[in-house]
Amino acid sequence: MSQARLSPGVVPGRLTPNELVANFVDVAPPLTPHEARVAADRCYFCHDAPCITACPTSIDIPLFIRQIATETPDAAAMTIFHANIFGGMCARVCPTETLCEGACVRMEAEGKPVEIGALQRFATDGLMARGSHPFKRAPSTGKRVAVVGAGPAGLSCAHRLAAKGHDVTIFDARPKPGGLNEYGIASYKAVDGFAQAEVDWLLGIGGIQIRHEQRLGEQISLDGLKAEYDAVFLGMGLAGVNALRAQGEDRRNVLDAVSFIRDLRQATDLAALPIGRDVVVIGGGMTAVDAAVQARLLGAENVSIVYRRDQSRMGASRHEQDHATANGVRIICNAAPVAVHGNGSVVEVEFCYTTDGPSGLTLTDNRFRLKADQVFRAIGQRLQGVPEELKLQNGKIAITGPGRTSLGGVWAGGDCATGGDDLTVTAVAQGRDAAEDMDALLTGRPVEIPG
Amino acid sequence: MADLRSNFIGIKSPNPFWLASAPPTDKEYNVRRAFQAGWGGVVWKTLGSEGPPVVNVNGPRYGVIHGPDRRVLGINNIELITDRPLEVNLREIKSVKRDYPDRALVISLMVPCDEDSWRDILHRIEDTGADGVELNFGCPHGMAERGMGSAVGQVPEYIEMVTRWVKTHSRMPCIVKLTPNISDIRKPAEAARRGGADAVSLINTINSITSVDLDLFAPQPTIDGKGSHGGYCGPAVKPIALNMVAEIARNPATAGLPISGIGGVTTWRDAAEFMALGAGNVQVCTAAMTYGFKVVQEMISGLRDYLDSHEMALSDLIGRATPNVTDWQHLNLNYVTKAVIDQDLCISCGRCFAACEDTSHQAIGMKPGRVFEVIEEECVACNLCIDVCPVENCITMRELEVGEIDKRTGIARGGYANWTSHPNNPMARAAE
Repeated sequence: MSQARLSPGVVPGRLTPNELVANFVDVAPPLTPHEARVAADRCYFCHDAPCITACPTSIDIPLFIRQIATETPDAAAMTIFHANIFGGMCARVCPTETLCEGACVRMEAEGKPVEIGALQRFATDGLMARGSHPFKRAPSTGKRVAVVGAGPAGLSCAHRLAAKGHDVTIFDARPKPGGLNEYGIASYKAVDGFAQAEVDWLLGIGGIQIRHEQRLGEQISLDGLKAEYDAVFLGMGLAGVNALRAQGEDRRNVLDAVSFIRDLRQATDLAALPIGRDVVVIGGGMTAVDAAVQARLLGAENVSIVYRRDQSRMGASRHEQDHATANGVRIICNAAPVAVHGNGSVVEVEFCYTTDGPSGLTLTDNRFRLKADQVFRAIGQRLQGVPEELKLQNGKIAITGPGRTSLGGVWAGGDCATGGDDLTVTAVAQGRDAAEDMDALLTGRPVEIPG
Repeated sequence: MADLRSNFIGIKSPNPFWLASAPPTDKEYNVRRAFQAGWGGVVWKTLGSEGPPVVNVNGPRYGVIHGPDRRVLGINNIELITDRPLEVNLREIKSVKRDYPDRALVISLMVPCDEDSWRDILHRIEDTGADGVELNFGCPHGMAERGMGSAVGQVPEYIEMVTRWVKTHSRMPCIVKLTPNISDIRKPAEAARRGGADAVSLINTINSITSVDLDLFAPQPTIDGKGSHGGYCGPAVKPIALNMVAEIARNPATAGLPISGIGGVTTWRDAAEFMALGAGNVQVCTAAMTYGFKVVQEMISGLRDYLDSHEMALSDLIGRATPNVTDWQHLNLNYVTKAVIDQDLCISCGRCFAACEDTSHQAIGMKPGRVFEVIEEECVACNLCIDVCPVENCITMRELEVGEIDKRTGIARGGYANWTSHPNNPMARAAE
């Protein structure tokens, strides 16, 4: 046992290196060919299948599963990639239990869906392991498109544009491409550097140039991009983090969950990452679960997720919640933070129980305190550094149809834009659809979107 | 509890489940294990004439058809009759029968098509204590090329001749095993009866190529780049076997001739179906080759439960469905049904819709929310929706009352009327 395991405060090395390796293995190991055959046999090949409807990228799921069942997994992978070039990552991070698998008719039949996510990973991993990129570019159109943000939306858009013969330059604020795939997803969901490998594979199509550490409003401007390029796609995500608005929030060791997740993903030595003994995560989405579970995996003794509304309204799916509780995380609902106590560093967080009525959330007089030497805020991100001339809606860039913003020649998609949940798969769909629309406008060719 | 004891042409066994003449019954070790597991009888794998035994290929002998999850639906084989010396087989048969006097032990035979050969082999097996013989007129590969097996079974005159020799030179009960690789199964059965057979057993395996290796471009099983047709068996052949059993059972020329039913019997239910169509007992091979000898225990308990729940004796079951097998022209054309979808059981997969819309009568509508409903105005009651539905009893057929309007035709359902008197039947008009 590591000597630091029970140390108070925020310290590195609570677990031994061996324990850390064991904790951060692939959370859902890939299917073997035999397992894939057995799983694929369960698909009913439904008419107008509800799983396709439930997929934001409309992957033809029954077709790709039949292709696996008939021992042509590469054809299955191409069915997936035609609709969703991030089929590999989506297979790992999609909340399938609320999307395709949640809609599977086998849920109605037996309560056990076809393992669509795992099958998708089986197919896409196989084709990607061959190394070469499977799509070829159309002849050059001579058109140049600027994409802001190298996350799922921007890269999906760029790939589709490049495939259609346009030249794409991506501007990204960070030193590495991938966006939240690289910086914002729990380590155990995409092990072995999958996010970077996937981007490298995607870029294999050619015609996409990435310029790093280029932030909109700093190194680049929308006017500049519009002047230089034939079209612009904005997919820079949500860089800002919401505040708790609780007294004492500025005490030490009260951090953003996204920063914690990012640092963990980028860490070369998990034993060097400091973590509290008593950790409190505030929020109810997937970021909260990712932060809380990983805090436990790093050796935090007590980890609680505190969510202000009822459990049924948590952004994290039931599957995610179960994953958290299975890892020893306690989930407390209907409680909102009112104060962070401590002397310099956080020592306790004070919460009020809440009631959720027609007039909104109200705090009750019933209060409690949780011991905490580290607090993670996971109460949502917000748009940051967006040009003033763009029309916003509910704090996001307003888009209509396939990602058109209020400005001609400017499209947007992903978390920074309205429409859909803030999911990787939604971002991929929006980037793809915007690319089709841009291509149609730039060349007069018909739109080709599956589904 | 139902008594499963069986008396088939005087051969007694504790239950009607016999292992067919096939690889599982090739030697003492297997047959003892089969009897220990509970099999009522065994037809020992086919013996040939004295002399050097036949040889088998030394590459793969079996090909397979798989259903989902690699479930075995059908196997084909290119194995020949026993490749062990006659002496060894006879010694083992005698030894097993001595230890299991209550079980049926029948010897399958195949020798050249001359009277001396048959007389000789019958004399050789006389003191084994075996209960009967089964004449292998069905083996479709290898032996047929040498004028035996199905080469005999495909010529009714030969069947009659050889059967008569056997009945002349032996007092043992004689079962003639028929090949399905003919156009009318009634002819060989009639020939067997004329020759004096005590029973027929069917079906033997069906000529088949199970699959083609798409890299070697050769049939499977592949022997050094070549393949040969084999004999197909297992659940996939059951419908063919059931029909042939029924044809013999309801043929006036063979009615009453005892039948041992063979062909894809995998569960007690399969066995009950063969027996309902007229089989006095059943023989099993592929199920044992797939799952081992233990499957018989399910067959025994299942058949017993079925008979108990229907308050029937085993003898009540045999042939009970035979009178209900008829020719198409006698089917009631005024029997009208309509598909009904149970919305509580429906899982909204839409397979019924796809099947009906694309390949049948456009009689299922798809409503918002993936609700599938039958359009009675279009439904011809073809049953395809029921066949493709993954949920048992989700779709059923409702029989219209006599007098009720069929919404498809607008005509009230009438009483019994068949094709023989139908106005569209030119023969019916000619008879007027």
